[in-house]
Amino acid sequence: MAVQDEQKVSFQIEGRSYQGIREESLLGALRRYGYEVPSLCYHEAVSPYGACRLCLVEVQKGKRRKLTTSCNYPVLEGIEVFLDTEKVVSTRKMVLQLLLAQAPEARSVRELAEEYGVTDTPFKKDEGNACISCGLCARVCKEIVGADAIGFAGRGLGKRMVSPYDETNQACIGCAACVVVCPTDCIGLKEENGIRSIERWHRDLPMKNCKVCERPFAPTFQLNHFADQIGVEKSHFDTCPNCR
Amino acid sequence: MDSQKLETILDKHDRQPAALLAILQDIQEEENYLPKEDVQQVAKALSISLARVYSLATFFSSFSLEPRGKHICTVCMGTACHVRGAPKLVDHIRREFDVPETGTTKDLNLTLETVNCVGACALGPLLILDQEYHSNMTPAKLDRVLKPIKQD
Ligand code: SF4
Ligand code: SF4
Ligand code: FES
Ligand code: FES
Repeated sequence: MAVQDEQKVSFQIEGRSYQGIREESLLGALRRYGYEVPSLCYHEAVSPYGACRLCLVEVQKGKRRKLTTSCNYPVLEGIEVFLDTEKVVSTRKMVLQLLLAQAPEARSVRELAEEYGVTDTPFKKDEGNACISCGLCARVCKEIVGADAIGFAGRGLGKRMVSPYDETNQACIGCAACVVVCPTDCIGLKEENGIRSIERWHRDLPMKNCKVCERPFAPTFQLNHFADQIGVEKSHFDTCPNCR
Repeated sequence: MDSQKLETILDKHDRQPAALLAILQDIQEEENYLPKEDVQQVAKALSISLARVYSLATFFSSFSLEPRGKHICTVCMGTACHVRGAPKLVDHIRREFDVPETGTTKDLNLTLETVNCVGACALGPLLILDQEYHSNMTPAKLDRVLKPIKQD
């Protein structure tokens, strides 16, 4: 994609000058230039949500300097970005303690916490939980897949990512995109006897067998959905990608 | 809710997705809760995903997804009311009405709820019955207040 000149802005990261695109995600820009910033709830393909609060940086804009999440901070002309300042690191440690309490079963959280020397949390643990309520699954399902099958229920501390009524999700096409992006691996995918199950959403869908190699390769429901979406015959998906 | 009634509510709001909240409020008003079938029907009629409607319905505490009674009885269980005997009130109501700790009687007559401190600690123990506040509650006073409801 060609970037118009008027959309380009100059800004600084750790004292070095860079060119970015006006109002793009700061975290996206940082990654592009090879800087490492931890994050769990960011994906460049969907809108940022600022949920995990790990991608903290300090940004100086004019006279004001503040701590902010970078995924949902827009790149602007003249800003100066500082990465692992004392303030950033100490706040991030606290964020990790909160995440450990929220999702004690999340391995990715535990590993990241360990990197920061955080091994336990003073906050009350939500035992057995691995979901950090980051909403990435729902954003991908809505913005990329177009199924909009899942969402948050409740609010505040009781907020949970669920299938409506926590029942079989009829809107889910079984594409497993949410399973792939979930940063804590807490959705669950099983493929057995020609049935694909997206466990967290209680969705079981029969898979289609490839006409050529006869192996099951994707849920029939999903393939029909795609065929409708791109306007081809359903038979277009009779063979798996490998045999096509 | 019978489908005719729901259609009327939907029409009243021109089936506008932007009116989702108002539509749910109207249903809640009529039924005292949001029946699952109605929530599903609204999602369909407005072409909004069930996930969105469900999120909204569970976000606001003014909505209930469970059936609620004709009468709502809320007992304050904040610290002050607690030490002044609120648990006794709850026990009493549960015995009199055969209702779970927070829940609704089978005949949908009464829903019992508890809250934490409604900010009138000096008047505790406090009970709110159908939006009316009753202060310094005792089991004896309770019987008097609940009598008309029992006969309802
Ligand atoms: S598997 Fe279902 S819930 Fe997950 S992204 Fe695909 S359609 Fe959405
Ligand atoms: S299921 Fe995974 S992606 Fe979805 S909110 Fe929970 S942690 Fe985030
Ligand atoms: S990546 Fe920015 S808040 Fe999660
Ligand atoms: S504790 Fe009941 S009103 Fe404060």
